[in-house]
Amino acid sequence: MASINLLIAVCLTYVAFLFLVAFAAERAAARGRGNWLRSPLVYTLSLSIYCTAWTFYGAVGYAARSGMEFITIYLGPSLVMIGWWWFLRKLVRVGRTQRVTSVADLISSRYGKSNVLAIVVTIMAVIGVTPYIALQLQSVTLSLSIFSDPTGTTDGGMNLVSAGFWVALGLALFTVLFGTRNLNANERHNGVVIAIAVEAVVKLVALLAVGIFVVWGVAGGISEMMVRIDNSDIGQWQVDGSRWTALTVLSGAAFLCLPRMFQVLVVENDDERHLHIASWAFPIYLMMMSLFVVPIAVVGLDLLPENSNPDLFVLTVPLSQGQGGLAILSFLGGFSSATSMVIVATLALSTMVSNHVVMPIWLSFQGQGATVSGDVRNVVIFARRVSILVIIALGYLYYRVSGGSGALAAIGLISFIGVAQFLPAMIGGIFWRGATRVGALTGLLVGFAIWTYTSLLPSFGADVVLSFPLLEQGPFGVEWLRPQALFGIKGIDPTVHAVLWSLLLNTSGFIFGSLVSFPKPLERLQGAQFVNVFANSGHAHGWSGSAAQSEDLMVMAQRILGGAEAQKLFRREAQIQGHDRYLPEPTPDFLQRVEREMSASVGAATAHAMISQLVGGASVSVQDLMAVADESAQMLEYSNQLEAKSSELLDTARQLRDVNAKLTQISVQKDAFLSQISHELRTPMTSIRSFSEILRDGHELKASVQTKYASIIHVEAIRLTRLLDDLLDLSVLENGQVSLNTETGSLADVIGHAVTTTQAGAIKQIKIDVSDLDTSIELHTDLDRLAQVFINLISNAQKYCKSPEPKLFIKATKTDNEVCIFLTDNGLPIPMETHALIFEKFSRINDQDGSGAGLGLAICREIMIRLGGEIDYVPAARGNRFVLRLPV
Amino acid sequence: MKKRVLLVEDEPNIIEAITFLLSREGWHVDTQTDGATAVKRVRELQPDLLMLDHMLPGKSGLDILIELRSDDQFLALPILMLTARGQMRDRAEAEAAGVSRFMTKPFSNTEVLAAVRDLTRN
Repeated sequence: MASINLLIAVCLTYVAFLFLVAFAAERAAARGRGNWLRSPLVYTLSLSIYCTAWTFYGAVGYAARSGMEFITIYLGPSLVMIGWWWFLRKLVRVGRTQRVTSVADLISSRYGKSNVLAIVVTIMAVIGVTPYIALQLQSVTLSLSIFSDPTGTTDGGMNLVSAGFWVALGLALFTVLFGTRNLNANERHNGVVIAIAVEAVVKLVALLAVGIFVVWGVAGGISEMMVRIDNSDIGQWQVDGSRWTALTVLSGAAFLCLPRMFQVLVVENDDERHLHIASWAFPIYLMMMSLFVVPIAVVGLDLLPENSNPDLFVLTVPLSQGQGGLAILSFLGGFSSATSMVIVATLALSTMVSNHVVMPIWLSFQGQGATVSGDVRNVVIFARRVSILVIIALGYLYYRVSGGSGALAAIGLISFIGVAQFLPAMIGGIFWRGATRVGALTGLLVGFAIWTYTSLLPSFGADVVLSFPLLEQGPFGVEWLRPQALFGIKGIDPTVHAVLWSLLLNTSGFIFGSLVSFPKPLERLQGAQFVNVFANSGHAHGWSGSAAQSEDLMVMAQRILGGAEAQKLFRREAQIQGHDRYLPEPTPDFLQRVEREMSASVGAATAHAMISQLVGGASVSVQDLMAVADESAQMLEYSNQLEAKSSELLDTARQLRDVNAKLTQISVQKDAFLSQISHELRTPMTSIRSFSEILRDGHELKASVQTKYASIIHVEAIRLTRLLDDLLDLSVLENGQVSLNTETGSLADVIGHAVTTTQAGAIKQIKIDVSDLDTSIELHTDLDRLAQVFINLISNAQKYCKSPEPKLFIKATKTDNEVCIFLTDNGLPIPMETHALIFEKFSRINDQDGSGAGLGLAICREIMIRLGGEIDYVPAARGNRFVLRLPV
Repeated sequence: MKKRVLLVEDEPNIIEAITFLLSREGWHVDTQTDGATAVKRVRELQPDLLMLDHMLPGKSGLDILIELRSDDQFLALPILMLTARGQMRDRAEAEAAGVSRFMTKPFSNTEVLAAVRDLTRN
């Protein structure tokens, strides 16, 4: 008979062996020699964590109590695996392309990265799985107790409870060590997977050994065994169709939805082709696990006393036959089942808790300043470790509080129904594009509520949580609300009842919620990616095997970061990579950098999703991504547009005002101009008409008076002619219609001609001093036009210079590129305020003389412009100075 | 006693022509070329007729008209306004300000004399 101490020594040795295996696997993987770690065989064996202590011990107990029904627990997963190409393949593909880390992550990212959904699923999973973990701890301590009390009628002493504590602690330590060694993007754990594969072998070998012993060692052969079975109660059990269907569906659903199953099926999956092999290998494994369940149960019922716990027949049958070694092997099988389940389940749950509960809270406390860097990784790892400890502590607590009561299978089924509530949201998520966040949330909450009410709470037994009258008569005496007979449907099995109502109402809520709500852009996009995961991706690639197009990356980065910013980032990277091309290679480092830059704008999740879509064999086209980028940019753009519009309006209004003011000004100028011309023309005409009438009417005028009046007519006629000439001249000059007659000549000659013209017949003489004039200056320009300028300027000086000794100095300088001519008089400087006006038409500064129309300087300016030069007025120290510049 | 006319005009030749014409009609003609002091001159001379050019140095004919008409003393003073600008608006403004007669240059001598006679007929 094996002693407890020996057993504990064996346990510790076994655990140490597992540590060693896991450690070796991690080392091998780290050195890149871990290909064998990812073989289809390992994948198939890792799926065996479906077979927990519940299956190892409980299946026999189940068979002893309910006959062949235990088969359903194997039937569901087998059907799922056989029909892998329908659902599982798609789930795995989605999980890989979307880099899903857990069930919560899957559901959350399908429905638009909803954090609320992630939290709901996480909480549901923790609540659903905690009893399951407690179950494993219970089975380990219970099996230990067998060795101190082989009849299996008591629960063991206090030292076993403390053993439970040590088991929990050891499991926590193992999970922390191998589950959170590093934070891989792909969330894969080589050490853990290889350890559970080893445990899968151990539990299968143990169960087969016990089975073989029972059939050939106890019963004496297959035919004798068959006789025993036919004679036992198990052979007589009736098959309850509804229960069978319900349990098969349930176990299939749980196989997909259990966090630990999702972890090994999807997250730890390295190659989709492994699924193909596992689809037949895993059902074979399950078949082998169930092969000897009935014989062991039948023999146990035959051999052992009536009050023996059938859940422990796997141990107690060998013990009762004096097979201590076999019992220890069997114990290790059960121990393996329990530990592998606890390790992977806590691993999966801790990922969910840290990713969806702890990290969002931590980040929100960090505020805007948080960036993705090393310290965040440390926080994540720390959060995972704490989560693992807390979850295992919760399981231990549940185990201590529940006092280890209830059949193993019953607790397991309750967990199954709980996690099966994820199924509608999962199936709908990858098959129905119309599924929305609201629908998923509605379905999950409804299903969870029904499960709690009809399955979880009643499982504690009457009067623990739900009072006995409530169970019997419904809350407030409302019969149709009775937890185990909802809506008046009585007389069906409580498990079937809970499965039926929770999944039915869950699915209805999911469909109804999806139909009445409208998905957000991200939901639509994610929906398309999930549902059409096969449409666009040829074969799922890893991060490293990417074929990201730098151009696509650039286009996307530009949409998010803005053109200049994105180009800067890419150019800098291209320089770092050492080639002068514009686009850098999409190395993993660079992808991370782009993602980081983008996450500052669109949030980390979206940025990661976008980059990984682009890089990791995108299941959506770049156009789809652009649509999302555009959609998210729309709000921003819209507000920018509004801002731009209002400033545009202001701008337009201002321009209109300006134009209006200009038009008004032009209109005023035109009126003023017409008035001026009219005045200038009509004034001399008035004199001419008046005096010609006087002369015509013959007023007996003296000859001298007649002559005087005739000469007035003459002068005014000349004035009129000159005015018309000037106006025509100006008009031609202003319209640019003037044709220049360019010739070469001496400046001195031009000025001499002008002086002669002005001096001839002038009433007032002005002394013109040209002594400083450089006579060597030659000009190549329209000399007649230039002479006209000088004539105007000299005659102005003649008319307006009020000095007692009027003088005009003319001199010129020549530089490399221009000739400067200065005309300076000694008259009174014109008033400062009229400086700006003197070159304007009709701007007569001194109106006293009245003879000029005020067009002379305007003509001068126009001529100088036509000649390519300019004219300026400068007030001189004593007098006025005009400066002419001409290009050489 | 001769009737007095004040001619406010800045063109020497037009002053000469009008002075000639009105003198022959028996008017005593005073002339004034500066617009700024024209109103003061009217007050001093108390003419029987005012002939006013529109465009004057110092102060426009319109402003002189407005200032005179705002004084009750000159409400009945016949004011003949002459303009060379030919703008419809000038006539409208002058009539609104109470001008007695508005004529556009160049005028015929007969026209001017008829207007003067018309304005000063008691």
